[in-house]
Amino acid sequence: MPKIIKDGKVIDDSWVIIEKDFSGELPRAKVLLPMQYWLDNKDTLNLMCAGLWLDSDEDVDTIGLEANQFPLIAVNFPTFADGRGFSIGRLLKERYEFTGQLRAIGSATRDQLFYLKRCGFDSFDLKEGIDLEAAAASLNDFSVTYQTSVDKPEPLFRRS
Amino acid sequence: MYVYNEHDQKIIEERVAQFRGQTDRYLAGEIAEDEFLPLRLQNGLYIQRLAPMLRIAVPYGLLNSKQFRKLAHIARTYDKGYCHITTRQNIQFNWPQLEEVPDILAELAEVQMHAVQTSGNCIRNTTSDQFAGVAQDELEDPRPWCEIIRQWSTFHPEFAFLPRKFKIAVCGTKGDRAAIQVHDIGLQIVKNDDGEMGFKVLVGGGLGRTPVIGSVIREFLPKEHLLTYLDAILRVYNRHGNRANKYKARIKILVRAWKPDVFAHEVEAEWDNIKETPASLTDEEINRVKSFFTAPDYQPVDDNDAEKELTKLSGEHLAFSKWLQRNITAHRVPGYAAVTLSLKPTGVAPGDITDQQLDAVADLADQYSLGEIRTTHNQNLVLADVKKSDLFELWQKAKAGGFATPNIGTLTDMICCPGGDFCSLANAKSIPVAEALQRKFDDMDYVYDLGDLSLNISGCMNACGHHHVGNIGVLGVDKKGEEFYQVQLGGSSDSDTTLGKVLGPSFGREEMPEVIEKILNVYIENRQGDELFLDTYRRIGLNPFKESVYAKDH
Ligand code: SF4
Repeated sequence: MPKIIKDGKVIDDSWVIIEKDFSGELPRAKVLLPMQYWLDNKDTLNLMCAGLWLDSDEDVDTIGLEANQFPLIAVNFPTFADGRGFSIGRLLKERYEFTGQLRAIGSATRDQLFYLKRCGFDSFDLKEGIDLEAAAASLNDFSVTYQTSVDKPEPLFRRS
Repeated sequence: MYVYNEHDQKIIEERVAQFRGQTDRYLAGEIAEDEFLPLRLQNGLYIQRLAPMLRIAVPYGLLNSKQFRKLAHIARTYDKGYCHITTRQNIQFNWPQLEEVPDILAELAEVQMHAVQTSGNCIRNTTSDQFAGVAQDELEDPRPWCEIIRQWSTFHPEFAFLPRKFKIAVCGTKGDRAAIQVHDIGLQIVKNDDGEMGFKVLVGGGLGRTPVIGSVIREFLPKEHLLTYLDAILRVYNRHGNRANKYKARIKILVRAWKPDVFAHEVEAEWDNIKETPASLTDEEINRVKSFFTAPDYQPVDDNDAEKELTKLSGEHLAFSKWLQRNITAHRVPGYAAVTLSLKPTGVAPGDITDQQLDAVADLADQYSLGEIRTTHNQNLVLADVKKSDLFELWQKAKAGGFATPNIGTLTDMICCPGGDFCSLANAKSIPVAEALQRKFDDMDYVYDLGDLSLNISGCMNACGHHHVGNIGVLGVDKKGEEFYQVQLGGSSDSDTTLGKVLGPSFGREEMPEVIEKILNVYIENRQGDELFLDTYRRIGLNPFKESVYAKDH
């Protein structure tokens, strides 16, 4: 079974990512639906076993407060240099009060884990071939931070 | 100046450890080249034409003598005995070994320095006025705000992978010595009608291949909202900036495409959501940071006596009087002066300084200027708090050290990027052009007669040499694999920032001294009274220059 990092630990994961151009019948599994598919099929979908994923160029505001229908939302990083996902993460958590699992998928790298965690991501589906146990250490590269973010609602100067 | 507390120190030390691990993994083949690239860039490390280049952050250009001595030590131990002051007030080493960079960073951390975010697509070092805190025309010292921005931008989790690099400048004066109009964000400290301090906010300025003057998107931002407003601008840019084409990825392109008022509207809408959050500044924090920049203990110096003495000494030493004229800036405290040490003697790449000079400047700073040194975006150094009664002694020592060339603000005080000698992006060399011009115009009386004149050279259109805003701008271009130089006239980086206009077809390197001479002759023939080059140019326009330079020889 594929492995991911979740809450700092390496665990098995069974979510299946449904491609954007998918049509036909959904597999009987825990599926991550592409955002547009969900929008197109909102009225008929049974969301019992569904999470959602969106791409870096998709508008998180479209999901908005409906985010909490999902136990898991994943954000795709098509390349590690595409930093839009960091904003998407914060918006989901801070503005749209998403309380479920927030996952980075695609090309995010080990050396981005600390920033991702700060932006509200708690699970990470990294590229194959990465030593996940070692990578998880990078979640704690820093013990002090200046800014507010999802993990620290107050900036350093307000923390006691 | 700002002194790290245990948190600041910890963050920088953890950064060194992080980069050490990353470098080890890279050298062990565990990180791919393209993934290591942004990691090393965000630690200031480029791979250049000949060797790696390490760019060290000098937050808003301020350093102390201890830091200077550390730089001297690094230049000696890890480099070839010199370093280079950049046009964004930072310091570059040209010859470090990749394997040794973590050690260099660890050494820097010992003196509260780092190379964080000096490169890469992230928020870069915040720059400011080299006379901040001592300038006579200052509304408020911009440095505490620069420090607040430094901390906010350091490892900002949301904005480490922007579409493109992002530069912020702050000034506290009406006249703009920090080039805020050509930065991604320019902040000017202003007072509103109720006498409250805040910021005028400009966005979307920049040089590079598409030079643009920034647009004002907010006339007055109350100071406590500084960081949330910056967050809003950056978030709009991070979400909507162009990521497909790196030449269209700077914020200026987005601001232009949307129009400034639409961009401003988007920022305000985003800001509405976040302004009343804990991220807004507290008076306590503002005052904490300001407390590091309070006026030092100036000693009483009788200004009249000091002036009299200076007049007398000037009469006896012509070179000293020239130096006083060109290299001294008025200070807000009577009896004091700010001194610019020139890093533009003939025959040395503009902005280069040796390890011995670094040590010597550190000594001068300790002895005459409260132990502090500033770097300038004109690639010189400033000792900002010198007693007028010490000026003569300081001048003698500076002369011995090789940085008393009395040419500040003149033709030979050129801004020049490293160009093709070092930079892998260059189209042409720039240092040899600067040197040829300095040799051609080595008659100081001629140079003084020309008066204030800026000549800026960039080796390619990335414009690190700020050629667009030089009165005379020189740009290296590549024509079928050969190096040529395009000349622009009429640029200005003062409060009325203006972009220069291209004179015409480009020239070979050996033609450059003569071309510049012709341009200067047109000025000399046409100037009225004390008119400066820029004013003559503005009055007579480009054509007379063009005609003279491109006239066919008979
Ligand atoms: S202007 Fe071009 S050549 Fe000069 S330093 Fe910048 S990138 Fe290099």
